[in-house]
Amino acid sequence: MITIEDVSKIYGTMVAVDHVSMSLEPNSITVIVGTSGSGKSTLLRMINRLIPPTSGRILINGLDTASLPATELRRRIGYAIQGHGLFPHYTVADNIATVPNLLGWPKARIAGRVEELLTLFHLPPETFAHKYPHQLSGGQQQRVGVARALAAEPELLLMDEPFGALDPVIRAKAQDDLLDIQRRFGTSIVLVTHDMDEAFHLGHRIAVMKQGKLVDFGSPTTILTEPKDPFTSQLTGTLDRSLKLMSLKQLADFAVPGDTIGAETLPATLSLRDALAEFVWRGLKVASVVDSDGRQLGQITLDALLAQGRRP
Amino acid sequence: MKGGALLFRAVLAGCLGVLILAPELFIGLFRWLNRPDAPPIYPYDSLLWLTVSHLGLVLIATSAGAIVAIAAAIFVTRPSGAEFLPLSRVLTNTGQTFPPVAVLALAVPAVGFGVAPTLIALFLYGLLPIFENSVAGLQRVPEQITEAADGMGMTAGQRLRKVDLPLALPLIVEGIKIAMVINIGTATIGSTVAAKGLGEVIIAGLLSDNMAFILHGGLIVGLMAVLFYDLMGYFENFLKRRLGLTGSGD
Repeated sequence: MITIEDVSKIYGTMVAVDHVSMSLEPNSITVIVGTSGSGKSTLLRMINRLIPPTSGRILINGLDTASLPATELRRRIGYAIQGHGLFPHYTVADNIATVPNLLGWPKARIAGRVEELLTLFHLPPETFAHKYPHQLSGGQQQRVGVARALAAEPELLLMDEPFGALDPVIRAKAQDDLLDIQRRFGTSIVLVTHDMDEAFHLGHRIAVMKQGKLVDFGSPTTILTEPKDPFTSQLTGTLDRSLKLMSLKQLADFAVPGDTIGAETLPATLSLRDALAEFVWRGLKVASVVDSDGRQLGQITLDALLAQGRRP
Repeated sequence: MKGGALLFRAVLAGCLGVLILAPELFIGLFRWLNRPDAPPIYPYDSLLWLTVSHLGLVLIATSAGAIVAIAAAIFVTRPSGAEFLPLSRVLTNTGQTFPPVAVLALAVPAVGFGVAPTLIALFLYGLLPIFENSVAGLQRVPEQITEAADGMGMTAGQRLRKVDLPLALPLIVEGIKIAMVINIGTATIGSTVAAKGLGEVIIAGLLSDNMAFILHGGLIVGLMAVLFYDLMGYFENFLKRRLGLTGSGD
């Protein structure tokens, strides 16, 4: 549980972060969005004290972060940045082992953890452990960057535009991997991005920042349907808000019993937005919803689908 | 091409070895350059001893220069020392601008004849290239990488040892290479103030109009500088390849 209490950051006469207060729920992903210069990165960096706040307090599980030495605080918090920031003179294994080494873990425990993370990120240890970062593709470097941030089993992971340097295909894959890992470890994640689609895809809660102020904070659905600030609707874009709303819902939750013999099938894990695209593409009126083993869960009609994108 | 370059180096190194250890093999060439009555090969001291002494002077002075220059570069690239960067630049530049002969002339009255004034001149001469290269190397560590190091909880000392210095190393080595090569040449003037070195052979040749001495001394110094440059350059490229800074090398 992270509590940000009335935190400000002032550079000379420029107010970068202006009296921000918010509580972040544990074991969830909070995405901070905003245009460049909105103070979102500054706010993130104040959590691990890369930037000291001018005023206000940040508490992690009730403990004031200012009461710990900065290096000790940072070793407890995972940190992943755009362009990964891997050490070019360290092998992949040594990069991942950075924080465990700083914490003085025993060698065997470090080796085990490195192997576990490499496997988890689909980088077979026997192939990748001894490579240098410049021998990897952009997507692989980024995965090593996230693995390194998670190495010391932090409860909290901070990510600053972690997928910004990736091409769209690899980015989508990286986002799904992150969701998997978050579900598996229950890590609390605070992620900064200017990409609204990324925010809606990843965020359990979305914080909107504008000129240093927190102008909106809530679940993706709330942000979309009940924006507290005109800037929120500007960011989320009003043109495709119905589609954004549908992208937040999963087909599995809307399948109803019905006679679907002969109907075309759609996987239950599809978002309603992607399901709609399939309806349009295949010219469907009704589809059968099936799980990953092909078992039928029910059906969904075009009308029922469209109703879910309508203004609440 | 690669084999050819290697062969060329081997020939140069061979020539250097013969010139130092068995100059008699070139006696025909040296005799031809000289008046018939002049000695073709420097007879007053062992060339091996002069070469060892010459390189010793260079190594001691450049190592001392490297220690001071790298320490200063580390200091001025830390936040606490940043304001001293312009001042350090002025000081090391002055060291370079001052002619080495003038340094000798000023140092002799203070420390006497012999090795000491030569070491001082060479020390001052090595400072600038090592300092400037080390500063550039430390400043050029990408911000993403230093931020990652800070963000993971490295202390300032840990970051310097584990990240900044290793990444700046190729440029630091390049600075040492330049200082070394300059000093191998400059050390010859040390012989004017009685420091043992290969300058002795060249100066003896100039004084007695002995072309063989001049050429012999000059060739040894020149070949040493070229081969040393090559060797350090090889080391530098090895470091760069390890960091993935050049090409796609494995």
